[in-house]
Amino acid sequence: MTKDILITGVGGQGTVLASKIIAASAMAEGNIVHSAETIGMAQRGGPVTSHVRIGDEAFSPLIPFGKADVILGFEPSEVVRNINYLAPGGLAIVNTTAVKPVTESLSRSGYDGSEMIEYLKNHVRCIFVDGDRECTKLGSAKFLNIILLGVACGSKELGISKETMLEETGKRVPAKFKEANLKAFQAGFEIGEQVFNIPPRDL
Amino acid sequence: MKEYVMGNGAIALGALNAGVNVVCGYPGTPSSEIIETIAKYPHEGLHLEWSVNEKAALEVAAAAAYSGARALVTMKQVGLNVASDPLMSLAYVGVEGGMVIVSADDPGPISSQTEQDTRRFAEFARIPVFDPSSPEEAYKMIQDAFGYSEKYKTPVLFRPTTRVCHGYASIEAADSYTPKKIEGFKKDAGRFVIFPRLSYKNHGIIEDRNVHIGEDFSFYAFNTSEGAVSSKAALASGISYMYAKEFLKDHPGVKLIRIATAFPFPESFMLKELEGVEELICLEELSPYLEEQVLKLAGKYKLSLKVCGKLTSHVPHMGENSADSIAKILRAFLDIPAAENSVTEDIPPLPARPPVLCAGCPHRASFYAVKKAMAGKKTYYCGDIGCYTLGNAMPLDMVDTCLCMGAGVTMAQGFSHIDKEGKAFAFIGDSTFFASGITGVINAVFNEADITVCILDNSTTAMTGHQPHPGTGKNMMGHDAGAVSISKILEGIGLKKVVTVNPLNLEKAIQTVKECADMPGVKAIIFKSPCIAIERSSSKCMVTDACINCRKCILETGCPALSDVGGRVKIDASLCTGCTLCMQVCPKEAIGGGCVD
Repeated sequence: MTKDILITGVGGQGTVLASKIIAASAMAEGNIVHSAETIGMAQRGGPVTSHVRIGDEAFSPLIPFGKADVILGFEPSEVVRNINYLAPGGLAIVNTTAVKPVTESLSRSGYDGSEMIEYLKNHVRCIFVDGDRECTKLGSAKFLNIILLGVACGSKELGISKETMLEETGKRVPAKFKEANLKAFQAGFEIGEQVFNIPPRDL
Repeated sequence: MKEYVMGNGAIALGALNAGVNVVCGYPGTPSSEIIETIAKYPHEGLHLEWSVNEKAALEVAAAAAYSGARALVTMKQVGLNVASDPLMSLAYVGVEGGMVIVSADDPGPISSQTEQDTRRFAEFARIPVFDPSSPEEAYKMIQDAFGYSEKYKTPVLFRPTTRVCHGYASIEAADSYTPKKIEGFKKDAGRFVIFPRLSYKNHGIIEDRNVHIGEDFSFYAFNTSEGAVSSKAALASGISYMYAKEFLKDHPGVKLIRIATAFPFPESFMLKELEGVEELICLEELSPYLEEQVLKLAGKYKLSLKVCGKLTSHVPHMGENSADSIAKILRAFLDIPAAENSVTEDIPPLPARPPVLCAGCPHRASFYAVKKAMAGKKTYYCGDIGCYTLGNAMPLDMVDTCLCMGAGVTMAQGFSHIDKEGKAFAFIGDSTFFASGITGVINAVFNEADITVCILDNSTTAMTGHQPHPGTGKNMMGHDAGAVSISKILEGIGLKKVVTVNPLNLEKAIQTVKECADMPGVKAIIFKSPCIAIERSSSKCMVTDACINCRKCILETGCPALSDVGGRVKIDASLCTGCTLCMQVCPKEAIGGGCVD
C-alpha cells in the first residue's frame, strides 16, 4: 500500500499522538512507514504538521506538494495553510472549530475560521467535523485527536482497518482513559462512515 | 526487535550497538532525543550524562576516549561553538577509543540562532564528518563513525539535520547492550599534553592522514551514485539527497551522486563519477560546501564542467530545502515543464501563529512584574536562549537583545557601563544559568556593573523537552546528586542582594523588582515557579459577571488561554492552569477561581 497522510493543527492539539497511532497501525498491518514531526519552538502555539508516509517508495520524509491522499486537519486555517499538499481528488478531514491565535485577540482581526471553511468547501473534497460539539458530547476537549482519527478510519481513506487502529489507540492512551478514548474513536468512525462515499469534486 | 524511532533514536540505538561506553551532551533542538533514547534502552555499565554545557560534555568524553572507551557527545550546531575550544585542540591530540561528536544542524533555521554548517567545522578542525540522509542510514553510519574514529585515532563529527533527527523509521534495536572493553588510560605526556611542538608535529601528520582518509572515503558505502550516465547530473547530500531521489524516481535517466563524507573529500570517487558529466547541480543545505569542493576539483584537474548551485543562484543560500523546492530546481535544471495546477495560489489570508509562552507560564508573570515595576524608566532588557526568548512577543515586549547562551548577563553589564542612567536587566533561565551564566555574573561583580539578574527558575530545561539540570539534582544515571543551589552560588559570588520570589504573586514580585533596581551593584532575583508542563495544575480561572470587557487581561498579559469571543472575555478551560495572573491584573476583580499563592 502507498498512502501519504498529512496531519495538521496548532501546537498542543494532540497531532503527534494521532500521527503515531496512524504510523503504528499501518506498520501493524505490515507496511513500511516513515513519518516526520514539527518539534521545538513552534510547538508553543505555532502551526504544526506531521507527515506520515506509508510504502517503500517514499524517500523524502516530507510529503511533496500534491501527493497527500488525506489531510487530517485539527484547525480550519491550518488545513488551508497546507492545502498544496493535497493530491487532486484527495480528502481533507476538517475540524471546524477555529483556534484563534493570541495575536488575533490583541488586534481583533476577526478570524473565526468561517472564511477557511468556505474556501475548503469550494475547492476540495472535505469531511467537516464539529470538534467542539463532539468533544462536549464526550465531556472533554482532550478527545479531539482520537475523534478525528476515528473519522479518518471511518472514511476508509487511510486503508487501515478499524480493528488495528482501535488496538493501537488503546495501547497509546492512558489506561484510565482507554474506554473513553475508544468511545471517542467510535463516535468519529460513525461520522466518517456516513460520508465516506461522497464523490470526488471536480476542481 | 524493530522499534519505530526518530532519527535521534536511531543514532542512540546505533551507538548502543557499537558498545558506546560514555555518552554526554547538552540539550538543543534538534539533537536532544539522542540522550533521552539511550536512557530508555538497556545501557547498564554505560556512563550517561546531561552535562552542564557542550564544552564540559566534550571534555568528559575526551578523557574516556583517551582511555580507550567509545564516547558519544551530542549537541546542536551552536553547541559546537561552545565545545570548539576543546575540539580544536583534541583534533591535534587525537583519541584512542572511538569518539563521535554529533552536532545536529538546523537549516531554516527552525529553532536556532544560526544557519551554520558543521561540515565547515569539520574542515576547520581537520577531522572527518558523516552526513546521513535518513534515520536508517544514521543508525548504520554512527557505527561506521566509531570504526573510522578508531582506525585513524581521531575524533569524528556526525552531522544530521533536523529532518533526519526528527524523521521516524523502523530501526532494529538490540535486546541487550554489551559495552566495549576498555583498555584504560596509558600515561604518555608526549601524546596527551598539548604543547606547541606536539601541535606542529601532529599538524603535518594530520594533513597527510586526511589525504589518506579521503581515498578511504572514496570507497565508503554511503558515497553513492545511481541512475544512468548523463551529461547533466545532480550532486546531493543529507536530506536533499532524499528529496532529489523522490523527484528522480519519476524522471529516470539522470545521474544522482551523493556524498556522505564531505570532509576529507572523497576526491577519486568524485572524479570517477564526474566522467561524462558536463553540467552538475549541487543540492545541499546551509553552505555550498560540496559545490566548492567540486569547483576546486574542476580547477585542479582542469575539468570542463559547469557547476550550478548556491554560488550560481540556482539554489537559495538560506533556509531548508524541501521535496518541492528540490523538484522545482531540478525541473529548471533538466528543462522539465511543471505539472499543471500543482500549486494553489488563491488561498484566503491566513492568521499568523507566532510561538508564544504557554498559558500559565510563570515566565509571563516574571516579565510582567519587571515591566510594571520599571514602567516609565529607561531600561535595557537583555534576554537569553530558552522559552523565555518568547518574552519578546507582544504585548509583553520584554526582550531587547538576544544573542547566545549566557549573553544576557554580560550584555546587561555592557549597557550598564555605557549608560549610567538606564537600568539594565538580564533574564536567564535556570539551565542556561548553569550552562553559561555563572561566569558572566562573576565578570559583572568583578568589573563593578550595575545590573539586576533575573533568574527565571522553572526547575527544568523546558524549551528542549524538560531535561534535568544541576539545579534539579536528579541526573541521567537516575541518581539524586543533590540540587545545586542557584541562590548559594550567587551569594558565594558576592552579590549585594539575592532574593527569591514567586512570580505568580504579582504584588510582591513587583515590589522586589523595584527594591533591587534601585540598589547599586549586581543584584539577583530568582523568580521561582515550576514549568506548567512538569507540575500540572487542575485549578482554573473563570470570568464572572463583574467583567466589564475592558480586555485589560488580554491586552496586558497576552495569555493564550484568554480570548475575545464576540466582545466577551473568555477563558479556555483546556488551556488555563489557574496561574491567576489575569485575576491579579483585572481592575474589577471579575476573575475568580485559580489557586492564589
